Amino acid sequence: MTNRLDQLFAEKKQRLLSIYFTAGYPHLHDTVSIALALAEAGADFIELGMPYSDPLADGPTIQASSEQAIANGMTMDYLFEQVHQIRQHSQIPIVWMGYLNPVMQYGEQRFLQHCADAGVDGLIIPDLPLHEYEAHFMKPAQALGLAFSFLITPQTPETRIRYIEQLCTGFIYMVSSYAVTGGQGGIQPEQIAYFERVQAMQLVRPRLIGFGISGPADFAIACRYAQGAIIGSAFIRALSNASDAARAAADFIPPFNAVRQQAAGG
Amino acid sequence: MIAIDERGYYGEFGGAFVPEMLYANIEELRSRYLDIIQEPAFQRDFRQLLRDYAGRPTPLYLAQRLSERYGFVIFLKREDLLHTGAHKVNNTIGQILVAKRLGKTRIIAETGAGQHGVATATVCALMGMPCVVYMGEVDMARQAPNVARMRMLGAEVRPVTSGSRTLKDATNEAIRDWINHPEDTHYIIGSVVGPHPFPDMVARFQSVISEEIQEQLDAHTGRSWPDAILACVGGGSNAAGAFYHYLNDNRVKLVAVEAAGKGIHTGHSAATSALGAKGIIHGSRTLLMQTPDGQIIEPYSISAGLDYPGIGPLHAHLIRTGRAMAVPITDEEALEAAFFLARTEGIIPALETAHTFAALDRAGVEPGQTVVVNLSGRGDKDLGTYMQVIEQQGW
Repeated sequence: MTNRLDQLFAEKKQRLLSIYFTAGYPHLHDTVSIALALAEAGADFIELGMPYSDPLADGPTIQASSEQAIANGMTMDYLFEQVHQIRQHSQIPIVWMGYLNPVMQYGEQRFLQHCADAGVDGLIIPDLPLHEYEAHFMKPAQALGLAFSFLITPQTPETRIRYIEQLCTGFIYMVSSYAVTGGQGGIQPEQIAYFERVQAMQLVRPRLIGFGISGPADFAIACRYAQGAIIGSAFIRALSNASDAARAAADFIPPFNAVRQQAAGG
Repeated sequence: MIAIDERGYYGEFGGAFVPEMLYANIEELRSRYLDIIQEPAFQRDFRQLLRDYAGRPTPLYLAQRLSERYGFVIFLKREDLLHTGAHKVNNTIGQILVAKRLGKTRIIAETGAGQHGVATATVCALMGMPCVVYMGEVDMARQAPNVARMRMLGAEVRPVTSGSRTLKDATNEAIRDWINHPEDTHYIIGSVVGPHPFPDMVARFQSVISEEIQEQLDAHTGRSWPDAILACVGGGSNAAGAFYHYLNDNRVKLVAVEAAGKGIHTGHSAATSALGAKGIIHGSRTLLMQTPDGQIIEPYSISAGLDYPGIGPLHAHLIRTGRAMAVPITDEEALEAAFFLARTEGIIPALETAHTFAALDRAGVEPGQTVVVNLSGRGDKDLGTYMQVIEQQGW
């Protein structure tokens, strides 16, 4: 069948809103209801974070949610089960995001097969080197119709960005600045220069900006330079303060929808 | 032939598994480190500081009373006599010279026992560079004298409160700091761990230890190689340095001593080669302690410097191929060995090093053979722990 992420990118070329959250947080069973609430409220796709004990690229918010999710009993198999449950009710594109070590322990081939069986559309593994991807993941992922997305940063040189684009079968994840996840400083002029530089490269794959995108204002700026943006830590902070996680998820999206519609009108 | 390949692998272990945010830094270091450290001017500066500032060469001491006790000839490589009290300064001198040549202006480090933190703070003071050291809260409490030394040297010690609040978590925080400051900062990693080229670079700087052992042993005995070398392994930098020139000399038995904590199967251990499985930790493929689901397990050891769930990729390779033998030593055995060494040779070892001495009768050494023990650090920092033993157990 068609990859849902491919289908989304074919149909919608701008102002894509993706929400990242840690599976199994705040409570083990919240994953499905949060995902369905986000889909219902109009998120374009979701990134489901497999919690990891040592998330090197993440700031305190995602670290804390990961620690809690693991303590709640989150496992790889249970995440596949939750994706399967989401698929009973929604066809929202789902990207699995997590670190390489749990994937290695699960077994690369078995992991990819279970992703495809459960209804995952895409993958992001931030600490997977490109040559390891080419050697061990690329062929099986393509055979299973799973889209791989890769990160670029302000330090990634143009030749490497072009190489990454060739390998990329999902989207280019533009890390917005020099920072782990969860920054809240607003978008700075040097970040705009980087966004413009990459925009001028006229890449074919869709680009989404993430890290430090926390509200509708950041989202609006990001959408001027890319096809959309990803919100992670800000959403997890909203969940951590909520008594009803699904309600918090439903309430999180409308302010962004307003920005997206305004932008479309203007 | 034991050697690192161009992608940074020792056999199946090693490599650089870093997120894109660190790719540029690691690539810069990878593409330049060999040229930099092979420059004659670099070697001149490095050797001069090792000699005049750090106090190299360190003695190779024939421990007569210890030898009589065990029935074989025991030499001690006295890294404990080095400036700052441990082998760690060999690496920090090398790395800060690399950092300067890369144009970096800020230094970060992680530390467990505090020895690497002190050695980093020391060279930063020497070079006038700002220094931030990440240290787990648990380790700050059990190695308080080293926290005070780092602060006196002008370093900022940042307490780490995540995870088990020990070395693993301090390393995570240092890596996150580097992600946040990729342009001006060099991360002086303290052991033969982390993404390539760190394990190889640190091993090269520490290899001055085995280089000296060869010459000194030859002068003592007329033979440049011992029958066995023993060294403790957390990440494994002192062992890498003591083994380095003997890696491909199969006449020399290499013995890597691990911290078994309260016992390998008690759930309170840091014996990585016994308990670990292949995986990724801190950017390197190696052996690490983890759950079947791939979550890293919090290790335990009385010794802050060995309290680490991974092991350098070189050591994973040596142990898994049978080139090195791993010996697990418990807290209790290490404490006994520390007191025995103190009262037999008048040397108080660091708790890490004490594990090595406890392995002397488990290394399969034959009577009359010659052994080198790498005495990697002195025990001043551990007096609090030793005093408790004296008070509670009346030793």
